[in-house]
Amino acid sequence: MGKLLVEDKTIVTPGEELAEGMDFLPAEGTFRDKDKIISSGLGLVNVNGRVIKTISVSGRYIPKSGDTIIAKVTNILMSGWILDIGSAYSAVLSVKEAKDFIRRDADLTRYYNIGDYIITDIIMVTSQRLVDASMKGPGMRKLIGGRIINVNCHKVPRIIGKKGSMVSMIKNATDCSIIVGQNGVIWINGSPENEIIVVKTIKKIEQEAHISGLTDRIKAFLEKETNKKINIERVE
Amino acid sequence: MGYTKRNDGRKFDETRPIEAKAGIIKRADGSAYFKMGKTVAYAAVYGPREIHPKFLQNPTKGKLRCYYNMMPFSSVGDRVRPGANRRAKEIAMVTEKALLPVVDLGKFPNSVIDVFIELPQTDAGTRCAGICAASIALADAGILMNDMVAAVSIGRVDDKLVVDLDYSEESYEGGTVADIPIAVISRTGEISLLQMDGNLSREDLKKAVEMAKKSCIKIDKIQRDALKNKYEVKK
Repeated sequence: MGKLLVEDKTIVTPGEELAEGMDFLPAEGTFRDKDKIISSGLGLVNVNGRVIKTISVSGRYIPKSGDTIIAKVTNILMSGWILDIGSAYSAVLSVKEAKDFIRRDADLTRYYNIGDYIITDIIMVTSQRLVDASMKGPGMRKLIGGRIINVNCHKVPRIIGKKGSMVSMIKNATDCSIIVGQNGVIWINGSPENEIIVVKTIKKIEQEAHISGLTDRIKAFLEKETNKKINIERVE
Repeated sequence: MGYTKRNDGRKFDETRPIEAKAGIIKRADGSAYFKMGKTVAYAAVYGPREIHPKFLQNPTKGKLRCYYNMMPFSSVGDRVRPGANRRAKEIAMVTEKALLPVVDLGKFPNSVIDVFIELPQTDAGTRCAGICAASIALADAGILMNDMVAAVSIGRVDDKLVVDLDYSEESYEGGTVADIPIAVISRTGEISLLQMDGNLSREDLKKAVEMAKKSCIKIDKIQRDALKNKYEVKK
């Protein structure tokens, strides 16, 4: 029988031994060296039965197909747009994948111009890290107005919360529309005062994401900032 | 007569006091501070990001690029001319090679990971402090790594082998001095950097490597604690 060498949900550093014995299986962020399982990066250990993985806590966004992200148009091609997705690789949005039908000789800047931000889906990532984006589907559009902030993409799940509880709490408290991209780019639109409250709240979440009791603290923070009573629905 | 007592009163196998911190440069993807006595190193890691000029792209794996720089006011004597001189280029190259065995670049084809090492204050052992800082900064940047690297310089001052020389020992005038910076990959105990300045007998070199491995275990712990301190859940 194998033995676990670290506690579940603790921070481990690269090269740290996580478990001993052949009955544990290495998953994401770990590898096997003889009978030991070793961490291959900085992250939180997650033990799920026999499977051990580490969830990374820092680093740049790595594109994954199926992610909904906020991207910036950086260049225009003959047949599409180049997007900056906040990663080492840029994505390509082909004309075919645009929201509506675009004629062959159309001026592409009329749809998305350089510097525009768009909400888009990643549909494919090749082994050479060529990334394809698509605007087909509900909610995909160009973002007009509002403001953009960048956060660590590993904190996005905490900003969204369980079933979107955190982000909807901020939305209700501040009457802002907020869109969180998986790549850590966040779009906020509302009155200028409220936008600032949202930015402050998100920065607070980013800083305190790993400390338990986050929802209650954020609720108290929002109540203080907006002078409103907030009711949170507990999601089990 | 020989070298009987160290200039600063340390034991022969004792390093200078070490201090390490992770994540001190907010705009960088990963960063670290590493202080060894009076030698101070900052490292900042950017990337993986797009590589320019584009002909340097490698479609099979990413590239690791290191820079080493001593700040103009860093030494005790004259102003150090900053920028890439012959010495800085060589140290950047050996740093890169010391770190390369632990960094998994296969996941980042066509991209580059830039490591900048700056030294605001120097008192010998800069390449070792630089490697230690860079190793913490790379881990902090969330780069996939098989292991971490710790480095220390071992020297022979007159007739004694000593760990972590400072400048007064490196420039000891009572006898000959040899200086050997050694980088050790912590888990496996493999050596990724070994240079030598001066002469050393075969037996002494073997002893020096053993001393380096022993010191690097201690340094490795400090490096890992620095990373854990940044992220550990505060209750």
